[in-house]
Amino acid sequence: MSQLLQHLINGLASGTIYALVALGYTMVYGVLKLINFAHGDVMMVGVYMGYASAFALGREAQRSLWGVVVIFAVAMGGCALLGFLIERFAYRPLREKPRLTALITAIGISFALSYGFQLDVSFDGPFDFSIAGRRGGSFDFHFDRLVLLPGASPRAFPEIIAPTEWFILGDRDVVLWNWQVISLLIAVSLMVALQFLVYRTRFGKAMRAVSWDHRTAALMGIPTDRIISLTFMLSSALAAGAGLLYAIKDTSVTPLMGLYVGLKAFVAAVIGGIGNVPGAVVGALLLGLVEEFVVGYAASTWRDAVAFGFLILVLLVKPGGLFGRVAAEKV
Amino acid sequence: MSEPVKVLGERRAFAPLLTVEGLQVRYGAIQALRGVSLQVGKGEMVALIGANGAGKTSTLRAVSGMLKASAGRITLEGKDTTSLKAHQLVPRGMAHAPEGRGIFPNLTVVENLELGAYLRKDTAQVLQDMEKGFTLFPVLKERRRQLAGTLSGGEQQMLAIARALLSKPQLLLLDEPSLGLAPQVTETIFRTLREVNATGVSVLLVEQNAHLALNAAHYGYVLETGEVVMAGPGKALLDSPEVRRAYLGE
Ligand SMILES: Nc1ncnc2c1ncn2[C@@H]1O[C@H](COP(=O)(O)OP(=O)(O)OP(=O)(O)O)[C@@H](O)[C@H]1O
Ligand SMILES: [Mg+2]
Repeated sequence: MSQLLQHLINGLASGTIYALVALGYTMVYGVLKLINFAHGDVMMVGVYMGYASAFALGREAQRSLWGVVVIFAVAMGGCALLGFLIERFAYRPLREKPRLTALITAIGISFALSYGFQLDVSFDGPFDFSIAGRRGGSFDFHFDRLVLLPGASPRAFPEIIAPTEWFILGDRDVVLWNWQVISLLIAVSLMVALQFLVYRTRFGKAMRAVSWDHRTAALMGIPTDRIISLTFMLSSALAAGAGLLYAIKDTSVTPLMGLYVGLKAFVAAVIGGIGNVPGAVVGALLLGLVEEFVVGYAASTWRDAVAFGFLILVLLVKPGGLFGRVAAEKV
Repeated sequence: MSEPVKVLGERRAFAPLLTVEGLQVRYGAIQALRGVSLQVGKGEMVALIGANGAGKTSTLRAVSGMLKASAGRITLEGKDTTSLKAHQLVPRGMAHAPEGRGIFPNLTVVENLELGAYLRKDTAQVLQDMEKGFTLFPVLKERRRQLAGTLSGGEQQMLAIARALLSKPQLLLLDEPSLGLAPQVTETIFRTLREVNATGVSVLLVEQNAHLALNAAHYGYVLETGEVVMAGPGKALLDSPEVRRAYLGE
C-alpha cells in the first residue's frame, strides 16, 4: 500500500513535468497545425542557460531564493527569445508552403540544436566583469573560461534546491521530497495560469480563433503573426521551466536530453489529443504514472517500450487521442 | 486589353468610399482577376454578380486584404490600402463576412461576437451593440452559450453578419449570405441588411441570387471571367435582357 502511494507521488511528479513540455507541443500545434519537433531541444537549451546562470551566480547565490528565481527567469526568458527567433526566421517564411516543409525544417532545427550543443566551443580567459549594485556595492564575476557550446559529455546540474525529505509516512516507507512538492506546485500553477489565459482572456480567444483559421482571424482585426509569435514564446518559456524542474530531479544534463524528454512529452500530447490543452495535461500525468509503475513493479528497461505501447493502445481505441476529436484534414 | 464595360443608366450620387482600379489577382499560374474596377459610395449598397468562378470572392478577398493584388489600386476614403493586410484594414472600417461564413465553431456564439469587436475599446458600447445584434437575430441570444459549430447553417450566417457588424464597419463585404438558406431566412437576412445599410453602412454584396441582390442594391456590377462586363443601377440591370438571360434563367 505505501509502495503504491510512493509510486503515485513519483509518477505525478514526473508527469507534471511532461505536462509542461506537452503543453508547448499542443499550443503550437493548436495555432499552426505544426508539430514543433525542435520543442524538446529548446527545452534543452533552456536547461543549459539555467546551468550557465547557476554557474555564474556561484555556489552560495544559486541556492538562495532570489538565485533560483534568477535562474528560472534567465532560462525562461532566453527560451522565449529563442522560440521567437525560430518561429520568425524558420517557420514563418514557410507558413503558406505545404505543411511537410515546416515539419522537416522543425526536425532540422532539432538536430542543429541537439548536435550543435555537442560541439566544444570555449574561450580561455580570464574574464572579469562587475555589475554595479544600487547602493554603492557591486557584483563581481570572474571566469577562467567562457563556454559557448558545452560539448557532449553529461554535466551534473547543481543542487539549486537542496533535497530535503519533507514528509515521511510509516517507517520511511513513503518519502515526499521538497523538490517534488515545489515542482508540482510550479507545474500546477503554470498550468492553471495557462488554462486561464486560453479560456478567459482576450489573448486566449484570439489564440483559439487563430487556431481554427488564421485567415478568418485576421478579418477580426487580430494580428495573427503577433499571436503566433507570442504562442511560441510562451510554449518555449514553459519548456524551459519544465526542463529546469527535470534537471533538478535528474541532475544529469546532456545535449540529447531534449530529444528524449521532448519525445516523451510529444507522446503525452498525442495520448491526450494533440491541440487540446487539458488533454496534454491528462496524457502527461497518465504517461508519468504508467512509466513509474513499470519501473516500480517490472523493470526500468521496460519503461520506454511500455510508454510507446500505451500510446499505440490509446490510438487504437481512440485515434484522436483521449480528448481529441478526429477531424478530416482541413484543406 | 479588356472589352469596354457596358453601362446602363445613371448612378445615384454618393460620396466615394471604396475605389478599386485595374485590380488583378493571380493564384500561381491562374489569373483570377484581369483588371477589375469598381466603386462603392458612402451609404451605398453595391451588388457584384457573376457565374461560378467569375472572380467575385477573389475581388472581396483582395479588397479586405486577405489576398495580395498582383496589380491595381485599392483606396478607402482616398487612402491607398492596396498593400495593407486584413487585420490592418479592420480599424479603418472594413468588415468581411467571408464565403462559407467563417465563424469559429470551436468558440461560443458570444465569443464569436466578442471577436467581431476585438479591436474596440468601448466595452460598454460593445455590450449595447451586441444586444442590438440579438434584437436583429433573437435566435442568437437563445444560443449565446452554445458552441458556434452547433448552430444551423442559417443561424451561422446570422452570426457571421452580427459579428461583422460588431466591428462598427463603414464598409461591409458579404460573400453569398443566402447560400444554402431557406427563403424565409434569406428574407430575414436581406431585410436586416437593408436596415443596416439605411443607417449609413456601405455594403458590397456578392450573390448567386442575382434577383435578390439587384433588388436590394443601389448599383450593381456583372463580373465575367475576371472582368467587369456590365454595370448599372440594380433595377436597370434587372431589366436588361442580357442579365435576365444569363443570371435570372429567362
Ligand atoms: N485558392 C485558389 N487557388 C487556385 N485557384 C483559385 C483559388 N481560388 C479561386 N481560384 C480560381 O480563381 C477563379 C475565381 O474564383 P472565385 O472564387 O473568385 O470565383 P467566384 O466568382 O467567387 O465563384 P463562386 O460563385 O463559385 O464562389 C476561379 O477560376 C477559381 O478556380
Ligand atoms: Mg465565391
